[in-house]
Amino acid sequence: MDAILLQILNGLDKGSAYALIALGLTLIFGTLGVVNFAHGALFMIGAFCAVTLQKLLNLSFVTLDETQKDFLGNPLKVETPYIEAWFGPEVGATIIDWSVPLSILFAIPIMLLVGYVMERGLIKHFYKRPHADQILVTFGLAIVLQEIVKYFFGANPIQTPPPDVLSGSVDLGTMVGFDPNAIIYPIWRLVYFGFAVGIIGAVFSFLQFTTFGMVVRAGMADRETVGLLGINIDRRFTIMFGIAAGVAGLAGVMYGPINPPNYHMGMDFLVLSFVVVVVGGMGSLPGAVLAGFLLGILESFASTTWATTTIPGINQIIIYLVAIIVLLTRPRGLMGRKGVMEE
Amino acid sequence: MLGLNKKDTSLLIVVAFLTLLAPFILNPFPEGSAMAQFNAGYPDLMQRFVIFGIFAIGFNILFGLTGYLSFGHAAFLGVGSYSAVWMFKLLSYNVIPAIALSVVVAGLFSLLIGFISLRRSGIYFSILTLAFAQMSFALAYSVLSNPKFNLTNGETGLQVYADDPQILQGANAPDLPHLFGLPMRATYTMDVGAWSFDFNAGYYLCAIIMMIVFYLSIRIFRSPFGMMLRAVKSNQQRMNYTGLNSKPYTLAAFVISGMYAGLAGGLMAAMDPLAGAERMQWTASGEVVLMTILGGTGTLIGPVLGAGFIKYFENIFSKINDNVLHSWFAFLPDGLEDAVVFVIHPFIGKGWHLTLGILFMLVVIYLPGGLVEGGQRLLKRFKRKKKDTDDAPSGKTEPAE
Amino acid sequence: MTKKNVTRRGVLKSGAVAGTGLALPTIFTASSAAAFTNEPTGSSVTLGFNVPQTGPYADEGNDELLAQQLAVEHLNGEGDGGCLNTFSSKALQGNGILGKKVGFVTGDTQTKSDAARASAKSMIEKDGAIMINGGSSSGVAVAVQGLCQEAGVIFMAGLTHANDTTGKDKKANGFRHFFNAYMSGAALAPVLAAEMGKERRAYHLTADYNWGWTQEESIVASTEALGWETVNTVKTPLASTDFSSYIAPVLNSGADVLVLNHYGGNMVNSLTNAIQFGLLDKVANGKDFKIVVPLYSELMAAGAGENIKGVLGSMNWNWQLQDEGTKAFVKSFGEKYGKPPSNSAQTCYAQVLLYADACERAGTFNPCGVAEALEDFEFDGLGNGPTWYRGADHQCFKDVLVVRGNENPTNAYDTLEIVEITPRSQVEYDPEHPMFAGGELGKCNPGA
Repeated sequence: MDAILLQILNGLDKGSAYALIALGLTLIFGTLGVVNFAHGALFMIGAFCAVTLQKLLNLSFVTLDETQKDFLGNPLKVETPYIEAWFGPEVGATIIDWSVPLSILFAIPIMLLVGYVMERGLIKHFYKRPHADQILVTFGLAIVLQEIVKYFFGANPIQTPPPDVLSGSVDLGTMVGFDPNAIIYPIWRLVYFGFAVGIIGAVFSFLQFTTFGMVVRAGMADRETVGLLGINIDRRFTIMFGIAAGVAGLAGVMYGPINPPNYHMGMDFLVLSFVVVVVGGMGSLPGAVLAGFLLGILESFASTTWATTTIPGINQIIIYLVAIIVLLTRPRGLMGRKGVMEE
Repeated sequence: MLGLNKKDTSLLIVVAFLTLLAPFILNPFPEGSAMAQFNAGYPDLMQRFVIFGIFAIGFNILFGLTGYLSFGHAAFLGVGSYSAVWMFKLLSYNVIPAIALSVVVAGLFSLLIGFISLRRSGIYFSILTLAFAQMSFALAYSVLSNPKFNLTNGETGLQVYADDPQILQGANAPDLPHLFGLPMRATYTMDVGAWSFDFNAGYYLCAIIMMIVFYLSIRIFRSPFGMMLRAVKSNQQRMNYTGLNSKPYTLAAFVISGMYAGLAGGLMAAMDPLAGAERMQWTASGEVVLMTILGGTGTLIGPVLGAGFIKYFENIFSKINDNVLHSWFAFLPDGLEDAVVFVIHPFIGKGWHLTLGILFMLVVIYLPGGLVEGGQRLLKRFKRKKKDTDDAPSGKTEPAE
Repeated sequence: MTKKNVTRRGVLKSGAVAGTGLALPTIFTASSAAAFTNEPTGSSVTLGFNVPQTGPYADEGNDELLAQQLAVEHLNGEGDGGCLNTFSSKALQGNGILGKKVGFVTGDTQTKSDAARASAKSMIEKDGAIMINGGSSSGVAVAVQGLCQEAGVIFMAGLTHANDTTGKDKKANGFRHFFNAYMSGAALAPVLAAEMGKERRAYHLTADYNWGWTQEESIVASTEALGWETVNTVKTPLASTDFSSYIAPVLNSGADVLVLNHYGGNMVNSLTNAIQFGLLDKVANGKDFKIVVPLYSELMAAGAGENIKGVLGSMNWNWQLQDEGTKAFVKSFGEKYGKPPSNSAQTCYAQVLLYADACERAGTFNPCGVAEALEDFEFDGLGNGPTWYRGADHQCFKDVLVVRGNENPTNAYDTLEIVEITPRSQVEYDPEHPMFAGGELGKCNPGA
């Protein structure tokens, strides 16, 4: 029982990253009809916003400490972050400690800008082109973006730890009457889950309850008619692209403390997020979210000892197996619309 | 000739000419000169050019004609490689049974996957093929290499060991892949002045096979069957309304392209008897998609060009290091030399991915029809002929509407 | 025009000779005048450095490349000479190898067997490389080693830790300086028993492929021999980036030690996840919970950051060693590049020097001569104390380090501290040990 609860919790947590990325991917696809292979790269850039801010906050001046030696026997260079010098060691250290949550503020404008530039500068010219061209150009862009990041940050992962108070784990099991140690879960992962739910809620209410969102939804359903009504739908779609990039970026920022960011983390998620989108049904936002959580939970269960001893290797293939089963039984994924991306 | 029209015949002849003389064409720079870095005429890379050419030609039969975008074709290549190496292990190092089996096994495998995946179209089809290929990769990499039932030898790759049965291996036969005694690695080097040209047995085997399958693909493109596949691409619904069931046609195209992939995989193993699971990874499937789009989807020669382009970059640009750069620009004054090297540095050696990514973007932005279109534009500029003949010898065809 | 085994008749003839076991088929572009593949004829000799330059191990590959370039400098008599001054064999003069200036070409393995072989082939076929060195995974090492055997050049392996490289996949033309999974187990187990007691219950998470399995097998065998119990061994897919679902059940399994048989990005993430779950703060079976990472590298330690504090593991070499060879190498590497070398860099540096030295002592570049000079060669002064290149399987035997994540690092480079230097005698094994049995070295192949 406790093991099942633990894996459900785990699945929800894994699923929140999938759902966030798939949500952005579907937003772009649903509004602009573009298959964006660079979406994983946006997620990665988000994570590197956190890395950058952390590096900026840790910008240091160097003093030589004659009492200590470095590995070559020269006097040790001691680095003190400017922040600590300006605000005093304690406040400075606290700011650095909170660099990941602070990066959210830092990442939002950057991601909106990246999204805007990407759409206006590149994607715009590919609306009328075949999906194959869109795939090639966005894939090329993804490679370029990740190579640029690699050039500046190296190929090795970089730790972006959560704030001290949010690191470590809590024993959820004891709160609901299980034995100690039965359900232990890291605080930051719970934060991530809450954050994901918040973002998903915000995106849905934005589309549901604002005029802007209403127009966008109308545009998704029938672009031509909305255009004929004299509404500049392109402009709104550009903004939606920026929002989608922002969602991917924020998913990345918050993901940093879970697993340290590296330059190819976007590619690792890319295939998976496409599977999630398609299982959810192309163009369906609720479908993407639902499929994200569903696949997360199934993946968690497949990795239990019980599952792997029953069917060896099930943990390696579960996602794909589920995708095949869903697509063969439900032609358009869980909640897909008819006629989208079928020709 | 050979049942081809004049344009296709000349295209075939040009391709034959280029492949047979590749050892000369790809080695334009004298050995030891600074530009020798750009020579591609060594056996391994020439073999790769034609093998991936075959792979891309086959992929194009599916994607270029029917529009079905498979993201799992690498699985067939991998299966082909594994079958070929198993033939080496069980029978002998002769490449003929190995290649034959790889085509057959890949054909059967693609029949199975195609039969299931073709129940869906569009991106749903793409994801189904991707899912099958990723499952094959994951299983080949780990589960199928467990000590009790070692089918793939996992990470290390399947290879021939001294204690393998090799029941047909004669006492005198070479201990490496050969064609009735002619080792695939046998190379004849011709030195002409400062130049050096390699003629490799394996390369010529691959080249001849490529010409045969290229010819086959022209025939398929021009056949009523090919027409039917194009009809699937342009409007499947209309086709279905006229009472035609398109599925047998698309399935046939899928199996044919799967067999091409298997052939490529078998040849890869024949040139180098090791089969690794990475050949089946999604990135490998993605690579053939990129080759085809980059070269020109739906054109006859495009995929081959695309394959050559990507393999050239992978093998030549990745090997340029700072030392080489410094030797090129040694004629410049010191400060300027360092500056030039500094500017170029991010794009070569370990940065070859960056260059490739930029080139993908440039090609697709400025040459929507891929490299073939680039070639056509160039030809147009040179020839300045009448409009109706500017269709260039690429065999690019418009949908029949 | 030079002519080689071209005609069919010639091939058949040579095939017949091969039957008598004298000649091996001609491979690659050696002309018939040459005694072996890529015999250097001019005033220079070319070495091929095949390291990952793209993909997740790019930084590791870059470090290897730096060390290889340094080795070439030292061989050519530039720089401060590094380990040439401390090496017990004095055959190297700093005038290249056998009087020929050393040049090199580089390639990208991409950490994929296929790409690594393609790149090695291009260096052999196109650039005339006479020796291939480098790499940072066992799959690549085994694949390239097989290629070099067929091509008739020497392969000096870089970082490869699986038993198979000098076990069932060993080759006459391939040599490994790096230690292996068996040695990790043999070195770690006594330290683990001493630090954590003999009554521990271990839970293994293992990367689900060849290297992971051999690593797990070695550690399980050596810890169980000392009285530990193995609670569970769980395989994780190589492509995993998130290990939470594997780590979550650990605490409730009755285990009190977690062994992470992971490498590179897998290890960084699984360790980070394990710390997130607070495993190290827990008490299980009345003992403090512990984590062990059997194979460490400096870059993994850097990637894992603070999470490695107090975590035990093993290493081939570390720059903090105090022997003369290490000091000389660290000094010249550090002065040139401004950071201490990693253990993969050191193994590549040592391998290049060992190869050059073997050529000098053999008086030839012929792979068979070089192999003979390397076999059962005893030396010192390249780090790790007295070392023996065993002839039976081409594996180096030297001291193995047990290290621990430093609790109070003073800078970015001393994140690991040496706990114990396990003497060579303790990690030696019989060439026919079951974990290594099955392969045969074969005959050395000079190619022509």
